[in-house]
This record gives sequence, C-alpha cells and structure tokens, in this order.
Amino acid sequence: MDAARPNENDDNVTPLKVLAATLAPFDVKRENLIPILQTIQEKEGYLSPEAMKMVAKHLGVTASEVYGVASFYNQFRFHPPGKHQIKVCLGTACHVVGGEIILENFERKLGIKHGETTPDREFSVDRVACVGCCALAPVAIVDETTHGHMAPSKVEGILLGFQIEKERKEREKEQRESGSQQ
Amino acid sequence: MVKLTIDGKEVQADEGKSLLEVCTDNGIFIPSLCFLKEMTNPPASCRLCFVEVEGLPKPVPSCRQSPAEGMVVRTDTELVRRLQRSALQLLLSAHHVDCRNCHANKRCALQNIAKFLGVGLKPKRLEPLAMEFPQEREHPNFIYDPYKCVLCGRCIFVCRKRTGYGVLTFARRGIDTVVSWFGADGPDSPPCDRCGECVNACPVGALKSKETVQAPMEAAGA
Repeated sequence: MDAARPNENDDNVTPLKVLAATLAPFDVKRENLIPILQTIQEKEGYLSPEAMKMVAKHLGVTASEVYGVASFYNQFRFHPPGKHQIKVCLGTACHVVGGEIILENFERKLGIKHGETTPDREFSVDRVACVGCCALAPVAIVDETTHGHMAPSKVEGILLGFQIEKERKEREKEQRESGSQQ
Repeated sequence: MVKLTIDGKEVQADEGKSLLEVCTDNGIFIPSLCFLKEMTNPPASCRLCFVEVEGLPKPVPSCRQSPAEGMVVRTDTELVRRLQRSALQLLLSAHHVDCRNCHANKRCALQNIAKFLGVGLKPKRLEPLAMEFPQEREHPNFIYDPYKCVLCGRCIFVCRKRTGYGVLTFARRGIDTVVSWFGADGPDSPPCDRCGECVNACPVGALKSKETVQAPMEAAGA
C-alpha cells in the first residue's frame, strides 16, 4: 500500500499563493532554509513537494538540496498528518522492552512506514523519543491518549476500536439520512 | 614545483596538487574512494588514503595534504595500513558483498583495495549489517542500491559541480544516510539529463544505468 500523497486537486494543499506570501519576508540567503521549512511545517503540518520546490526557487538552490537538508532532521515530515496520529515511543526504556516491535506492528497493520500517512488519511505513524512515562514502557500515544504496557494484541485492539467507531458513525449517518428522506 | 621524498624516492610535485595525486602520478598506489581530481575541497570521507608525514604526529588523509618542500612521506607503514584495513573492513561490513551478481564485478574499487590490503571481502571480526530485503530505488535514468553504496559522495559531487544539475543529494542521516534525489519516494521524478556522470563516478556498484540493467551480459563481456 502506498502512503498518502497530496496532489494538486487536494483540498488540503494550501494554494501556492499563500505559500509565496509565507516565503516573501525571508531574505534570499541559504541560512534561511531551515527557518523557512519550519514556518511552512507550522502552517501546513508537513512539507509538500510543491512547497519544497517553491523554497528551492526562492533561495536559488536545487529542490534536491532542500530535500536533503529537510530529511536530515526528524522534525520535518513529508506526509500530511493523519486524522488519528499514532506516536510510538522509542526512548531508552521503551527500546529496552521492545518499542521497536510495537512500531513494526503499527506499520505492518497500517501498511505504512513511520513518518507516513495511510492513503485514506486516517492514520499516521511516527516514532518519538521519550514521552516521560517510562514506567509504562512500551508506550504509544494515539491522538491524546497514552497507552502503556503496549503489546501486539493491543495494537490490533486500538486499530479495531477506531474501525468499529468509524463503522458505527457511518451507520448512524445512513440511518439519519434514510430517516430524513422518509 | 617542490621537491619531496615519498617512500625514499625523491619526486618533484606541483604544490597545487594534493599529496594523493602526487603519489598516484609517481606510481604509488594509495587506496581511496571519495577523491576526484577536480575537487578543491575534498571531503576526506572514505578514511582510506592515509599517509605518514614526518613531523606530523598522526597519519593524515593524503587527499587533503598539499606537498611541501623537503616533505618526507611514508605510504606503507604498519600504522597506515592498520588504519586502512580497519576503515575498509567497516565499509565492507555495511556493503552487500555479492560480487558474482554485481554489475561492477572486477572493476570495483572495493575489490581492488581489499586485494591490495590483503583484507577478505567478508571481514569475520565485524558483524555484517542486517540487509534483509532489496532496497533498490529507481530513478528514470538509473538504479541506486543503498546496500552497495559506500557514501563516498562522488556522484553527488559530479552532479553538482561537473554537470551543474544538482539532482543528487545525501538524504537522512547516521546509519540511514542514503544518496537520494528530490521526489525519490514519490512519483515526482526530478529533471535529469542522461549524462551518466554519476554512474561513471561510482567506485562500486551502487549506481547502475538503466541500459546496464537491461543488458547485463553485454556489460560483463565489455
């Protein structure tokens, strides 16, 4: 399964005009590259290929160079964040008790790699360093909820929970619609 | 021009050249992966081209050393060879050694240097990096294999400086570092002429042009 990829028809992609306005206050200096990328990510939530191309044009560097610099830093992401954000802790304590396995489970279940978003934009998986509750290791944070003592079965449970919730909402919507038609 | 002594032999050299070039010009082989003659600021990243210079406390990478009048250089001391062997073994431990099926077989710099230093291609004392499944990435004009890449940066240099395209770049960092290009993990392929300079600059088999892939027998025969 391929990760979600923004395209030009996508509503979530900010018009290039807005991006241009974001870039305008920055001087054409190479050292402004990272501050620009940070500003864009703050506004958009991620760095789209279109945004990186515009930054490259603005600073007179190649798009490759922008990508090279951005990919060096963990703070930049190249995929839009999903509706449900899953963060798997890989700090020391979580690493020791197999945080890696939990991350792999999420990745395999959703068919994406960390840093990516599912094509339906429902989930994005990220790895984070310590989240500060090492006693609960291994830890995953799904949206705002902290899940401690994670295990592969719990991964399945969390994802199943979201699926059931989604199906329930769809059913209710259908019922409402059919109800209003009558 | 300056006069200096390399391995007991008196040679004349152009100060503008690097010591590595001077040695090579005088028929002394110095193992090296990352250096190219046109580099004004060599990265010295392969850690192979060490030589000992009298008066300097430690061996120095010869690609970043200029020849000077009266300099006394030794290229084959035990200290130098030990450094080179270690560096090569580290490179090989992260390299997918599959020479028989590699298009660069017999013209690979790693093979040459390993033979020269008497190092086995599969160093026993270092655990090889886990390389479970192929990771090749496809560009419209070439294929890149991160498991064969030694990250010397020669392809990136020629792409930026010789051809001026600037398509190639290092991406990510640490153990995950790869040579990449804008749009590498998307459908958005970058503009690139089929100049082939990057493939030619690769000292190993990490980059191969699409033509080579289609006709491996032909390439092997050539």
